Amino acid sequence: MHLAVAAPTTTWYLVLASLLFAIGAVGVLVRRNPLVMFMCIELMLNAVNLTFVALARKLGDIGGQTTVFFVMVVAAAEVVVGLGIIVSILRRRPSATADDIAELKG
Amino acid sequence: MLDLVWLIPALPLAGFLIVLLLGRKLGEPRAGYVATLMTASAFLVTVGVFIDLLSKTAEERSHVHTLFSWIPVGNLKVDLAFLADPLSITMALFVTGIGSLIHLYSIGYMHGDPKFSKFFLYLNLFVFSMLMLVLGENMLVTFLGWEGVGTCSYLLISFWHSRESAATAGKKAFVTNRVGDWGFMVAMFFTFQALGTLSYGPLNEAARDGGIAQSTATMIALMLFVGAVGKSAQLPLYLWLPDAMEGPTPVSALIHAATMVTAGVYLMVRTSPVLAIAAWHWAPWIVAGIGAATALYAAMVAVAQNDIKKVLAYSTVSQLGYMFLAVGSGAYVAAIFHMVTHAFFKALLFLGSGSVIHGMNSEQDMRRMGALRKVMPITGFTFIIGWLAIAGVPPFAGFWSKDEILLFAWNKSPVLWVVGLVTALLTAYYMTRQVIMVFYGKARWNDHAEENGAHGDVHPHESPVTMLLPLVVLAGLSIVGGAIQLPFSHASKRLETWLEPVIETAESPLKTGSEDIKWILAGVAVAIGLIGISAAYMVYSKKKVKAIEPNLLANAWYYDKGVSALMGGPGRKSFDAVAWFDSHIIDGAVNGTGKLVQGVAGIVRKGQSGLVRTYAALIGVGAVAVIAWFVFRGVAQ
Repeated sequence: MHLAVAAPTTTWYLVLASLLFAIGAVGVLVRRNPLVMFMCIELMLNAVNLTFVALARKLGDIGGQTTVFFVMVVAAAEVVVGLGIIVSILRRRPSATADDIAELKG
Repeated sequence: MLDLVWLIPALPLAGFLIVLLLGRKLGEPRAGYVATLMTASAFLVTVGVFIDLLSKTAEERSHVHTLFSWIPVGNLKVDLAFLADPLSITMALFVTGIGSLIHLYSIGYMHGDPKFSKFFLYLNLFVFSMLMLVLGENMLVTFLGWEGVGTCSYLLISFWHSRESAATAGKKAFVTNRVGDWGFMVAMFFTFQALGTLSYGPLNEAARDGGIAQSTATMIALMLFVGAVGKSAQLPLYLWLPDAMEGPTPVSALIHAATMVTAGVYLMVRTSPVLAIAAWHWAPWIVAGIGAATALYAAMVAVAQNDIKKVLAYSTVSQLGYMFLAVGSGAYVAAIFHMVTHAFFKALLFLGSGSVIHGMNSEQDMRRMGALRKVMPITGFTFIIGWLAIAGVPPFAGFWSKDEILLFAWNKSPVLWVVGLVTALLTAYYMTRQVIMVFYGKARWNDHAEENGAHGDVHPHESPVTMLLPLVVLAGLSIVGGAIQLPFSHASKRLETWLEPVIETAESPLKTGSEDIKWILAGVAVAIGLIGISAAYMVYSKKKVKAIEPNLLANAWYYDKGVSALMGGPGRKSFDAVAWFDSHIIDGAVNGTGKLVQGVAGIVRKGQSGLVRTYAALIGVGAVAVIAWFVFRGVAQ
């Protein structure tokens, strides 16, 4: 039983996931480098993935793990498209920040 | 032969198509011969149908030939069908007969015109449309032809469209005719509303048997009359006909004298029971009144015209007024009779004037003519026959038909008779004036040579044989044309017997008082005609009396100018006001809606900053707010 204190519970995972998500969210809002913002978004996605896996394990429901696979696949696709866009923007304007790219301003 | 009635309009249509496709290749004069041949063939077929009808008893002389169901929509069923009966075949006979002669004449008249084949193209299309109008079994087929002849009239008036005045005259004819067409269409709507059909048979039957309300019948009759007033150039819509003289002269003869302008009279005769039996009794009075007024008015104007064709144009308006006087007096046979004789002598006069214009190098002013009888003997001789016919000298054709109309006018009311008589006097006067100015007296064609410039020396000459042949044939018909309806006995009234099945019930009977004095009336008419002729002789040949040609008459009572001033002044202003209403109020409402949306959007779009991080923050705030709402709702419960 003394080991039970050190054994990670579901709560630990959820706390970790929320910390990761908060870091990612703050990063997206604070940083202006598109590449860093992109990495922060990935962080947020993986935080969510962690909650899915943790709760799937806790509830014994395979559905949560399945969803994670979907999220990973979609994220991979999104990375391809997103990186492609970012690279092509930076190639044209090497010093551009996210705030400079405001062509869709109303 | 009766089943071949569809061939009558089909042949000119075929001619139209041939000239349309091969016109340029055929060229002059072969395109003209093709067109003439097609019209002449249509005439032969008509003669065949006519003989076939003659061999039947009077009751069986009505044959409907249906080609196909044209418009089957709900209750409205309109067939493309032809009606062969005495009335339509009479019309078809003189349309194709005179049409062929004028086609032949045009080959000579249009010689050397760069648009030679196009002229015959239009001419054949016109004959086709006119035959559709005449042979149509229902109002819609007639209307198809009605619009067709209107279009051809427009195309042919402005045939020399590089001339400003010709183009304007064509437009004027078209627009004025639209006013009349409106009446025709309204009459069709009423007929369909009341009877559920547009065929003449059921309409006339209902009118005879009281199957149609008196008010509806009056409306139909008067609206048809509005259509007739437009097409047949009666007051107040006659304006386009004098201007229509801008077209080539064979066109004036065919369309604006012999055939198209009589379409209104034909329509009134075709639907005669509606006007004569079913409508209120004052309706025929309107028709007779407008006819008499037009006849007198146009005859007065003709007295002071100097253009050889303008005289004949006003004369045509006047004679058409005579026909409507007959229709209004219930003399339907007389109306058709006068239509036929008028077609003979007026076509003759127009073709004669065309021959003169041709020989005088396009000079139309009668003051620069004179003594042409010597250089153009055949034209002069035939023109004189036409003059005697229209002036009402017995035994020429015009005398018999005019006399019959006057008899029925007397029967209706002596006032109408007096108006008709004065018109006859003026007709004899202005026609004599024209004959003297053109063919007699001193040759004046080189008097103005130096100021003429381009015209220079004029050497009048007789026209080619293709032009003279129709003149001679028409002159013959103008002499003997009256024989189809002689008032001596029942047997000699051939036209009346022939038309009896069609218009028997609508024809008003002669009162015994009128029947007894018909020879006295005829004597008065002849005397009046001779007075008119001798008065003109004294004025224009002997020059004992000064000519009375006031500017008022030369300008047609300033009616045309008045209408132009009205339409150009107050009319223009009211149209401008309507245009202003359209562009400001109607368009303003539409554009205002657009501006409003634009303005609101302009405010709302400020929210779109284009900064990705702002959007992300807002999404985050929104997500937190939604979650908070769900959480706290749960707590509250």
